[in-house]
Amino acid sequence: MKDASIIFNSLNSDFLLSSETRKYVELKFIRDVELLISERYSEQIFRCPVHLSIGQEAVAVGVCWNLKEEDKAMSTHRSHAHYLAKGGSLFRMFAELMGSKEGCCGGRGGSMHIFDKTVGFIGSVPIVGSSIPISSGLAMAEKLANGKNIVVSFVGDASLETGSFFETLNLASLKNLPLLIVIEDNGYSTYAGKAVRVSSERNTRTIIEGFGIPFFSGTGDTIDEVIELSKKAIAIVRTGKTVVVEFSTFRLLEHCGPNNDDHLGYRSVQEIESYKERDPVLSLSQAFNDEQIFSLNQAISKYVALIFEHALAARQDEFQHFQGLFPQ
Amino acid sequence: MKYTYLEAIRLAFDHALGADDSVLLFGLGVGDVGGVFGTTTGLQAKYGESRVFDIPLSENAVTGMALGLSLQGYRPIMIHQRSDFSFTSAEQIINQISKTKFMSNGLYNVPLVIRMIIGRGWGQGPTHAQAPHAIYSQVPGLKVLAPSSPSDGYHLMRTAVSSDEPVIFFEHRWLHYTSEEFDPQDRDVDIGSSQVVLEGSDITLISLSYGVLECLKLARIFLEFGIKFEVVNLRFVKPLDKATILNSVTKTQQAVFWDVGHREFGVSAEVSSLLNENLFGQLKNFPLRFGLPDEPTPSSPFLAARHYVEIDHALLEINRHFEFGLSPEKLTVCRQELFPYKSVFRDQPDLGEVGPF
Repeated sequence: MKDASIIFNSLNSDFLLSSETRKYVELKFIRDVELLISERYSEQIFRCPVHLSIGQEAVAVGVCWNLKEEDKAMSTHRSHAHYLAKGGSLFRMFAELMGSKEGCCGGRGGSMHIFDKTVGFIGSVPIVGSSIPISSGLAMAEKLANGKNIVVSFVGDASLETGSFFETLNLASLKNLPLLIVIEDNGYSTYAGKAVRVSSERNTRTIIEGFGIPFFSGTGDTIDEVIELSKKAIAIVRTGKTVVVEFSTFRLLEHCGPNNDDHLGYRSVQEIESYKERDPVLSLSQAFNDEQIFSLNQAISKYVALIFEHALAARQDEFQHFQGLFPQ
Repeated sequence: MKYTYLEAIRLAFDHALGADDSVLLFGLGVGDVGGVFGTTTGLQAKYGESRVFDIPLSENAVTGMALGLSLQGYRPIMIHQRSDFSFTSAEQIINQISKTKFMSNGLYNVPLVIRMIIGRGWGQGPTHAQAPHAIYSQVPGLKVLAPSSPSDGYHLMRTAVSSDEPVIFFEHRWLHYTSEEFDPQDRDVDIGSSQVVLEGSDITLISLSYGVLECLKLARIFLEFGIKFEVVNLRFVKPLDKATILNSVTKTQQAVFWDVGHREFGVSAEVSSLLNENLFGQLKNFPLRFGLPDEPTPSSPFLAARHYVEIDHALLEINRHFEFGLSPEKLTVCRQELFPYKSVFRDQPDLGEVGPF
């Protein structure tokens, strides 16, 4: 994470230069980015649908913790955390969401279609399930090149409802592709709980192991657990095998958009309250004292705000030129 | 009574479910609090979970299931919140649904409706804003409908549900912000009938879906300059109501087609070809076509503004094409006076600086 490295390296007291701090910076950095988007969304600056990752940061950071720069990653509509954790540029992501030509896709894709060749982030695909076959192709290419690189495909739990998922499992197992499929299960599919979409009899482990593919599952709420579990999985993937890892997680806000949608009542108050106890950023913050957290948080939020201002300034010329084109 | 577009669709579902027990309604979000933009809200409670239900994200399987249901006498309505999602079920639609009646030598009807919502603008970008009515119109065996107003939405949905052949029902997102006074009892819509929504003598403007509203604006502006446009609301992309189109253009001898989909290999080319084949010697000009360029829809509002056809641009283009010789400045000023933009951005319904859409 280049942005997080800049923040990390700017910390001036040596007590903070630990791997714990590094983890915290990466997590809190993504959290602050998403919070800023949420806060400024109503100003019509970020002009595209956004699926924020608040609550789900630890999966992205923890998995990418074990990746090399040359490894490849794919994601879905909810891709900000994955892009940033894979080393994506915050400036180029903000610019992309603003529709600016400075964006990582020149404004063509917006939040749901992020590509960045420079960091091996080969696309967010917002059609559920459709990224998985593509990631198998990326993995086959890595294998054909006799390279050491692997491919990580971040998907949501609903991808297990698509045919693409099952077709790819067979394909990846048949061809021994160096592919890690990371399932983030936040329990919901837009406004619906899983009960309306998935049979209560379904057994994910049996399905995946039935294809001869190793399966691990764990909590996505704690960064250390994600790092440990994905480390184990990635070690297998690097031997030329496909592995599936599933992390339970939660999204704090609505499916799509900057707000919470607690008033709709599809999630119980107790459940939403429980998210606070599960919060990966909050739980890691307990490793630091108040003074440390204060200075860390300040450094992170200042940096995110600074990059936001840069991106906004870069978009200003385009905006002014555009205003002249269509007289009101 | 006055209905918003969304209320009109919900009413059509309600009446169709109430009128016939074999009607089923399903799709992603059908049973949840959002209720597919509010068009299915309350219907599960009213008609039960066995007739109105949510589905897994398994569109190809669910579309095949819809076909199976229709072969057993049910009339399923399946909903895609974005038409783009329907491509994951293209196999069932294009290879199976469209051909079953033909393949079974007419033993089986396929009375099912797939409602697809066309997104537009506000950053939805390449895979959430496609308008693929021309793609599906190319497939023999499918009927393709595209309403342009709340009353159209209501009547066409009722017509679609009562059709014994498979119907793809295209609905433009921006219609969601329209409302209209109409009586649902007025059942004046037959399969295959387009509608002259504005009579005029000089040039025929043909369009479909949300494009009809843009054409009515164009007609209003040109009326200020004494030019009388006739506006035809296609309603049926397929089968095309050739008679209504040809009648109008026989009278005006000039035509413009405004599509909400792509220009190349699209519906505008089909209509243009229809005019040329039937009225070749009588046309004063070759038909002018507006539609999306041959590029995917960009997310950026700056790029989207030149992707979609703008009224200001269309005014100038029509003025040039038909050699009206009107002052371009006066045309723009007239548009500003009659239809002032409320938003800086052009890729959203003109409701002021609000969003998302």
